[in-house]
Amino acid sequence: MPNQAKTLAQKLWNAHVVRTAEGEPDLLFVDLHLVHEVTSPQAFEGLRLAGRKVRRPDLSVATMDHNVPTRGGVRAADDLSRKQMEVLAENCRREGIPLHQIGSRRQGIVHVIGPELGLTQPGMLIVCGDSHTSTHGAFGALAFGIGTSEVELVLATQCLPQKRQGDRAVNVEGELPLGVTAKDIVLGLIGRTGTSAGQGHLVEYRGPTIRGLSMEGRMTICNMSIEWGAKAGMVAPDDTTFSYVEGKPHAPKGAAWEKALEYWRSLASDQDAKFDGVIELDASKLEPHVTWGTTPAQVVPVTGRVPSPRSETDERALRYMDLLPGTALADIAIDRVFIGSCTNARLEDLRAAAGVIQGRRVHPKVRAMVVPGSTSVKRAAEEEGLDLVFKAAGFEWRNAGCSMCLGMNPDILAPGERCASTSNRNFEGRQGSGGRTHLMSPPMAAAAAITGHLVDVRELL
Amino acid sequence: MEPVKRVAGRMAPLDLADVDTDQIIPKQFLKRIERTGYGPFLFYDWRARGDFVLDRPEYAGAPVLVAGANFGCGSSREHAPWALRDFGFRAIIAPSFADIFRANCYKTGLLAVTLPDSQVRHLIDLVSEDPTAEVIVDLEARQVRGDGFSYRFEIDAFARECLLGGLDEIALVERHHKDIAAYEKRRAEWLPAVK
Repeated sequence: MPNQAKTLAQKLWNAHVVRTAEGEPDLLFVDLHLVHEVTSPQAFEGLRLAGRKVRRPDLSVATMDHNVPTRGGVRAADDLSRKQMEVLAENCRREGIPLHQIGSRRQGIVHVIGPELGLTQPGMLIVCGDSHTSTHGAFGALAFGIGTSEVELVLATQCLPQKRQGDRAVNVEGELPLGVTAKDIVLGLIGRTGTSAGQGHLVEYRGPTIRGLSMEGRMTICNMSIEWGAKAGMVAPDDTTFSYVEGKPHAPKGAAWEKALEYWRSLASDQDAKFDGVIELDASKLEPHVTWGTTPAQVVPVTGRVPSPRSETDERALRYMDLLPGTALADIAIDRVFIGSCTNARLEDLRAAAGVIQGRRVHPKVRAMVVPGSTSVKRAAEEEGLDLVFKAAGFEWRNAGCSMCLGMNPDILAPGERCASTSNRNFEGRQGSGGRTHLMSPPMAAAAAITGHLVDVRELL
Repeated sequence: MEPVKRVAGRMAPLDLADVDTDQIIPKQFLKRIERTGYGPFLFYDWRARGDFVLDRPEYAGAPVLVAGANFGCGSSREHAPWALRDFGFRAIIAPSFADIFRANCYKTGLLAVTLPDSQVRHLIDLVSEDPTAEVIVDLEARQVRGDGFSYRFEIDAFARECLLGGLDEIALVERHHKDIAAYEKRRAEWLPAVK
């Protein structure tokens, strides 16, 4: 047998195969299972009813993020939310799963705290009952979202049967122009591929532009892999990755670090590895992007106009968004700004937004909020004085959580309100029933907050 | 799980692409800690606006939903198939499904069947014209059959076996406990564990 060249995804996959058999999916071992309050209660109950225990509580970590209130001094927005959090706390206590609950120093969005704690490392297989688990792929890990039944399966066995997936590559070259961010790379990509081109595929983002991104930028891109249907997104680990991980609370130390590093350096696609398809993207030609519709693929450069509908889906989106084809994006007034979510609420995102806001004021007709991705991000931002920049400009400075990305807590849009948002989904009603979402980067959302309408952030730089 | 072999009956058409799980079951209904009780909230916002296709009397009680491409995209919430099932659907036919949603359907005993665009179009046209038209979604034969047509569909062999047998997937995996234990022994020592 010739020694076949392998992709990064294949290497990661093979390293986690517990058992393989003809006609069956591979049985994969899960290195880290992240748990939150919304998709886990039924899984824990299923275990209990079947008399099963959690096999590896030491490889599971829980947090509260989806429905936590972000106003200080409130423990839960309503009785159902409180109950859901209490149930998670009780399940974790009973099964011995570490929990970062509301009010604790490390609480935050599950995809923000994993990397912060050093729990997310290259080479790992990470799952969570949340579709944005692909975020962790930024570290050269295989990471994907699962449903509640699969959460139960992983709790019980620490394994997951999975069918082999295809391999895709997205190759990004060219220098990012001023004012253009990782968010614009991924929005531009999804605008090209549509909402489902990635189905059944593990995607590797590569090329010099990706190599030049910080871990935060890589996480933003991997995070939105699911928005074009991909099973997972990943970036081969390199020195940027290693220096991010080094020194984190759960990172290997001493001799273990050296051993880990040696292995991690092998985690790259072989030179002549074959992908099922390669998408080429020239970052130097990218502009800041803004969605106009109700899927992330309905997106245009901010210098553009609302396009003419090409399908019934487009027409439906235009009606819902109350937009007319041909309208310049810059002529669209906004009511709200949300800087937050697992896509764009890390320290670097907050710095980028604050850089635009510094010395300016939020437009009088706009209500703007910043929801840091984690309590640690919030603390670090406050140490730098970013909170003062935001507050002085008129932003609300909130506690960590998913907040208005999905609106499970009280942070929601009123019907008809239009929001410039750094989150990942502009689906109908996503941020509140009848609310209208335009996705963009943190600097773009900051610029919109100041001008009161969608605007090219480069005009403010 | 109850074995699922075939679903027979009328269809309801949802002629839309990219129907995301936020539409299927909006987030305000994800606070329940049970697997049931989601039916009344299925497509809540769309139904609240009135004249939603699934609320038309001629489609009431139809066990087969026929929908557009990329059905179930977005969030991983298994509440989406739970809600569809609670509402009365037992099978969904579409040109494509989002991966996590399809996996969740199988775990819930909901048959997610992929047919080519043209065949889905035929079914939508058929049921829009004649709401009493019936189909049989036959998992054993891998066919969707109706009056004058028979469409073969592909489905993952293992998922099919689990559905047909009503198998408990956890029990299936637990049978491999020796393999799992052996794997655990050879894991690298630097990998994080939280005590």
